[in-house]
Amino acid sequence: MVEVAIDKTVLRVRRGGPGDAPRFDEFEVPFENGMSVLDALRWIRVHRDSTLAIRYSCINANACKTCMALVDGQVEYTCVAKLLPGIVTVEPLPKRRLIRDLVTDVVPDEEKALLAQKQPD
Amino acid sequence: MRQVSTDVLVVGAGGAGMYAAISAARQGASVLLLDKSLIGRGGATIMAQMTVAAALGQEEPDDCATHLKDTLEAGRGLCNEELSALLCYDGPARVLEMEEWGTRWARAGDRIRQEIAPGHSRKRCCYVDFLNTGPAVAATLRRKVSELAAVRRLSNIAVVDLIIKDGRALGAIGVNLADGELVTCHAKAIILAAGGLTKLYERNSASSNMGGEAYALALWAGAELIDMEFVQFFPIGHLAPRLVGMDPIMWDPFRYKLGGKLLNGSFVEFVDRYGAVDFGKYTATRDIAAYAILKEVEAGRGTPHGGAYLDFRHIPEAQLRAAFGPVIDRLLANGIDLTKTPVEVGPTAHYHMGGIRVDSHMETCIQGLYAAGEAVGGANGANRLSGNAITEAFVFGAHAGACAGKQAKTMQENGNESGDPKLMAFALDRIASMPPRGSRRGTAPVALQAELQKLMWEKAGPFRTGEKLSQALRRIREMREQELPDLEIDSQDTFNMDIQDWFELRAMLTTAEAVVTSALSRTESRGAHQREDYPTPDPLYLRNQVLRLKNGALLSSWVTPVRLTAGLPRNG
Repeated sequence: MVEVAIDKTVLRVRRGGPGDAPRFDEFEVPFENGMSVLDALRWIRVHRDSTLAIRYSCINANACKTCMALVDGQVEYTCVAKLLPGIVTVEPLPKRRLIRDLVTDVVPDEEKALLAQKQPD
Repeated sequence: MRQVSTDVLVVGAGGAGMYAAISAARQGASVLLLDKSLIGRGGATIMAQMTVAAALGQEEPDDCATHLKDTLEAGRGLCNEELSALLCYDGPARVLEMEEWGTRWARAGDRIRQEIAPGHSRKRCCYVDFLNTGPAVAATLRRKVSELAAVRRLSNIAVVDLIIKDGRALGAIGVNLADGELVTCHAKAIILAAGGLTKLYERNSASSNMGGEAYALALWAGAELIDMEFVQFFPIGHLAPRLVGMDPIMWDPFRYKLGGKLLNGSFVEFVDRYGAVDFGKYTATRDIAAYAILKEVEAGRGTPHGGAYLDFRHIPEAQLRAAFGPVIDRLLANGIDLTKTPVEVGPTAHYHMGGIRVDSHMETCIQGLYAAGEAVGGANGANRLSGNAITEAFVFGAHAGACAGKQAKTMQENGNESGDPKLMAFALDRIASMPPRGSRRGTAPVALQAELQKLMWEKAGPFRTGEKLSQALRRIREMREQELPDLEIDSQDTFNMDIQDWFELRAMLTTAEAVVTSALSRTESRGAHQREDYPTPDPLYLRNQVLRLKNGALLSSWVTPVRLTAGLPRNG
């Protein structure tokens, strides 16, 4: 268990792809009142581990609707889910096909069908 | 490598890209619409909670010529008047077309509501309640695009290079984020609709998609950019307290609908001291408001987070609720009670007036290469009016789509010429300059992006000096030449964000260098370009600056702005 200072919070993040054994990485993140779970995930990518796969576009407007994940077991838009001091667990959406880490397949079929077709080389 | 073919390729699926796809399909062309995020979910359009300017004249008498006059005045003499006129004269038709397609503009009975906004001389700005304009128009366009069999869509494809032969655009190479594979798209015409460059700045109001790729792709292809020094800093972007679930520039409609006061750190009104009439009217233009706030901060009269207070405490709660209904509750959920405390606001990178240089058909000097939306430079000159950006996305999208569609229909198949390995070699060589996957050298592309954003904010932000700009230029070149080829790239194939970040950073560095180079050359202050070492406008610089790449170096030259020679068009 990681010690948590008052101005820190710990994110437990589910990692890996569809075939991988379940694994959680823990990241200590500086905590500022009002910050979102997505703020913390973006901080991790810049400062700790850029290989963490996440999906988002609008950052904090809750307009693109692509940043959903399970936050402490609840389906949330990570851009509006407020981070709290302590330990927060983030996992991919359970009912979508897992791509990697927190990214699931939320792409409409008709926006990927063209490349899903087999094509002669 | 995967290969796909189309008549018209549209790069970027925000408002301009989706409108362009619809418009090209109307010409009978087949269309491929790509986005590095999801179709109609990324970019700037969906984040615009604000208004769309069009001279519908539904609240009070108005006409396109007056809209044009206001737009040219705000542009400080630098507008490409042909493009500005297209924006203003075609705007009303597009706004009404969007309504036909399902956008529910706020109405009062049989008329569309229109509000006044800074710099507009008439009530001209339409919106969708509450602060829902961008998401609503994006949803309309997504639905419209999905109904057209001629438009195929691909999400999570980042276009990283164009294929050009003898001054003609033949195709594009993209990276599929889903599997890390390259995809070649053969096309008869290409429309760059990948938006602006706000992501270059640490403080910005846009989505994570706006890395300036459209400009870099255009430059690399041999096309020209114009007015790259004119980055618009939105004066009252949200600074504190931390606000999530809202557009950081949401305060503008609050301010002009309700009359929010701008106060300095000592709670004193100050904008009037900087040459604007703001007191009681709230109509100071964006460049003056941004200047006034940062000058107060510099003089030690800023707020704790380095901005100004925006104060609504004089407005009764009932009036706040009548104007913004559920938004007031969203603010309360963020711990913000406007009746009790002012919020802190300050300048934030918001929009780019400069961009790809196009003719009146939205075509660049590369045949078959078009641009649409914010990626286009010139329509707004040195400063853009509030409300003109979404109008521009619709109008330029529609026009670029029509022109590209028509051109593609007249062309023979290019026989997959773009698949010629020799032609692709140039683009592929550049792509191959990405460090090998699995290299673990320490710095991730996203970390260098963060450093670039800080550098641009500090050295090439709202207030510039020759010295700071030169420092920025040196560091940008160092990053591009020495660090970019040597970054750490994850080894995974699936959703490898290091790859996306690396290509994005490569474009960001080219675009940042274009902005800084242009800002250095323009030794005057005009509109959004403010040089502290040259604080006044200089009539010698009543010209547009054009950039192109020659042997890998940026060359700057000056041209006279495009004027409407036959006078203002009549309303039609």
